[in-house]
Amino acid sequence: MSSKDLLPNDGLSEIDQEFFCQAPPEYISPLPKPIEDFMNWARSESLFILAFGTGCGAIELRPLTTSRFDMYQYGIQMRATPRQSSVFIVGGYASVKTLKRIVRSYEQMQGPKFVVTLGSCPINGGMYWDSYNTINRIDHYLPIDISICGCMPRPESILAGFVELKKMIRAGQCDGANLYAKNFAWYKANQKRIIKDWNMPDYNW
Amino acid sequence: MMLEKLKQTFTVTEVKEQKKNLTFFTVPKEQMEMMLITLRDHHDYKHLSFIVGIDMIEDGVFKLTYMLYNYETNHSFGIHCNIDREKAEMDSFHHLWEQVGTYQRELREMLGINFEGSPRLEENLSLDEGWDGPPPMRRDFDTKEYSNNTYFQREGRVNYDPREYMREQLYPTFPKTESDKLLNGGGKK
Amino acid sequence: MFTPDRSKYPKHVNGRPEIDLSSGKYTKVWHGPQHPGITGNMALEITLCGDEVVESITHVGYLHRGFEKLMERRTFIQCFPIVCRIAVPEPAFNEYCFSAALEELSDIEIPEQAQWLRTFNLELMRLSSFLMWIGGMAGALGQGTIGQWCVTHRDYVADLFEEMTGGRIYHMYMLPGGVRAPLPPGFKERAFKVFDGIEKMLDAVDKVLYNNYVFKQRTQGLGIITRDMIERYGVVGPNARACGVKRDVRLDEPYVKYDELDFDYVTANASDAYARAVCRFEETLQSIDLCRQVLNKMPKDGPFHTKTPNVMNWKVAPGETYAKAECTRGEYGFYMVTDGSDKPRRVHARGPSMTHAICLMEQLAINTNVSDIAGLMVSIHTYPPEVER
Repeated sequence: MSSKDLLPNDGLSEIDQEFFCQAPPEYISPLPKPIEDFMNWARSESLFILAFGTGCGAIELRPLTTSRFDMYQYGIQMRATPRQSSVFIVGGYASVKTLKRIVRSYEQMQGPKFVVTLGSCPINGGMYWDSYNTINRIDHYLPIDISICGCMPRPESILAGFVELKKMIRAGQCDGANLYAKNFAWYKANQKRIIKDWNMPDYNW
Repeated sequence: MMLEKLKQTFTVTEVKEQKKNLTFFTVPKEQMEMMLITLRDHHDYKHLSFIVGIDMIEDGVFKLTYMLYNYETNHSFGIHCNIDREKAEMDSFHHLWEQVGTYQRELREMLGINFEGSPRLEENLSLDEGWDGPPPMRRDFDTKEYSNNTYFQREGRVNYDPREYMREQLYPTFPKTESDKLLNGGGKK
Repeated sequence: MFTPDRSKYPKHVNGRPEIDLSSGKYTKVWHGPQHPGITGNMALEITLCGDEVVESITHVGYLHRGFEKLMERRTFIQCFPIVCRIAVPEPAFNEYCFSAALEELSDIEIPEQAQWLRTFNLELMRLSSFLMWIGGMAGALGQGTIGQWCVTHRDYVADLFEEMTGGRIYHMYMLPGGVRAPLPPGFKERAFKVFDGIEKMLDAVDKVLYNNYVFKQRTQGLGIITRDMIERYGVVGPNARACGVKRDVRLDEPYVKYDELDFDYVTANASDAYARAVCRFEETLQSIDLCRQVLNKMPKDGPFHTKTPNVMNWKVAPGETYAKAECTRGEYGFYMVTDGSDKPRRVHARGPSMTHAICLMEQLAINTNVSDIAGLMVSIHTYPPEVER
């Protein structure tokens, strides 16, 4: 990798710059088809959600873990750390302060990773479309795989959304991590446009 | 009765009894601290419910409201205090109640009022750390315009005035002057 | 008893500890926002000396949507569907306080049946929120099973809400002028069945959680709120009642139909996390009792909505008022100012978490063990969305 591809990490202080890697994300080309299909099947059957309640949607995730809806039967469970999880749920509106944390957590997750959004607020701003503090389109900042409708989406519709997500993963349509790597400069420019005090590394991993 | 007593020492104006348990009045800025201390220590108004600032842009003032509550008589006092909008400064009362500091931080970031000596005043409470716009609760800050300029809008959102839209969709033949008359009359109960 | 070595603690300058992170004595830990042990989306910036907390700073604002600004540019009826989003787990109190303030300012009397239905909705909301809290408290101290029980039974309450209002979480039920719908037929029997189930479950929770040696050891003596802190920090609700202070808006200033119901203050004396847990447990039982009372006393039929001015052109005369209610965390209120136009001039939502989550939490966290922070956080019962709105 030539030195011009390296990320500048401008926001960090000089002491901190030594601690963080400067390499941008890389495009991972798929394996031969039968192996990739098998891998996709395996990925779709073990979806680990990052336990980060970013908005109101988090309230309906709690009933999902109980015996009544029981998302464990679909191979879905909650993980506490981004390193172990593969699904990021953006639960409703995202304020600018939260978006910074969302980006940071999302980049720390290991690929392949999938993003699910709940409700209309991440799609077009929803009822907070004219608010000064909530973003309107999250797909300009992160690659989105599936959006689940409802305010709040009922546990049943969240489960239905996950079943749909599984189908998409098995068909090899969920390639968010690669999309993010490919259009990294565009996503980063959009993020930096609204996160004014960028004091974290350009790519956190 | 208590108000009569207070009036002997303070300049109490614009007294308004909103309901049985709630009275509003205004005192000048200089007497505010003494007023709060008197009510708290001598009249048992020990609970501060909230502090809120209203931007009265047409009068050129910020109207601060301090809501005090008495647990013995279950009575509330809403105490107004007008401060100049251009030179927005107020005395800090963080020594009277601990939570006042939090409210003053909020007022500082939302209306841009300076409270001299209040702890951690410069830290943003709810806006993000890099906020560079004007204080958002001021009346001259247009949140829709800010949102349009800052965030990406999804195309396809159309705004209708609900009144006009319903009139056009539901009663297209009804004369407009007549419906205006009805609407303006219907506003009163 | 273990007494910590005070000599290792930092000196306090101007009320804040003087911490030199480069000395190697202190560690800074972010407890949240992405953390399983935090209530909602907020963060505690904790400085540790060993495993004891020397300083804790609460960071909120991750859920700030600018409601108060948005309401200034919406008409009264357009405000109504957005107010319930202010406090996510307990939306009914927002709807009630907003409607009550607006009705007071525009001189609307709501019918008797609407008041009963509002009382029932508010009390059921308290029950649902308390069940969530008991589950969360047990979960924060490692008793995940209790969380499963409570959240499942809270779901049955959500079913009742759905039947009554059409929504599981956001109901938008109490609109200005009354409520949106009467109770469906046969609702009473189904509600009583759910209450019986919850009482049976709470019996088990009492045995398993409240007599659990580990739970007692970890919560007794944790986060003691002393009597003089109640006034200084503006503590309200069960946090104050666990300290023996009798304050409850439902009894002090009865709203809707609370003056016709038979209940009393629930108090405890120890004022630590265990006392607060006991207090909330008793209040859960009280809520069930009140819900039963309301359903029994409620008249069968009657108008549930009164005539309001044309909502497209609803202008309210200049005025201001403060409407409040007792939510699970204490005094919840809406301060509303109108100026004669069809939009509110200023609406302020006063949430009890504003004081509890910031200045009280920062004070209580000092000198506790880092492993108890999650339990302490849950035990004072804060909801971040109502802090920043």
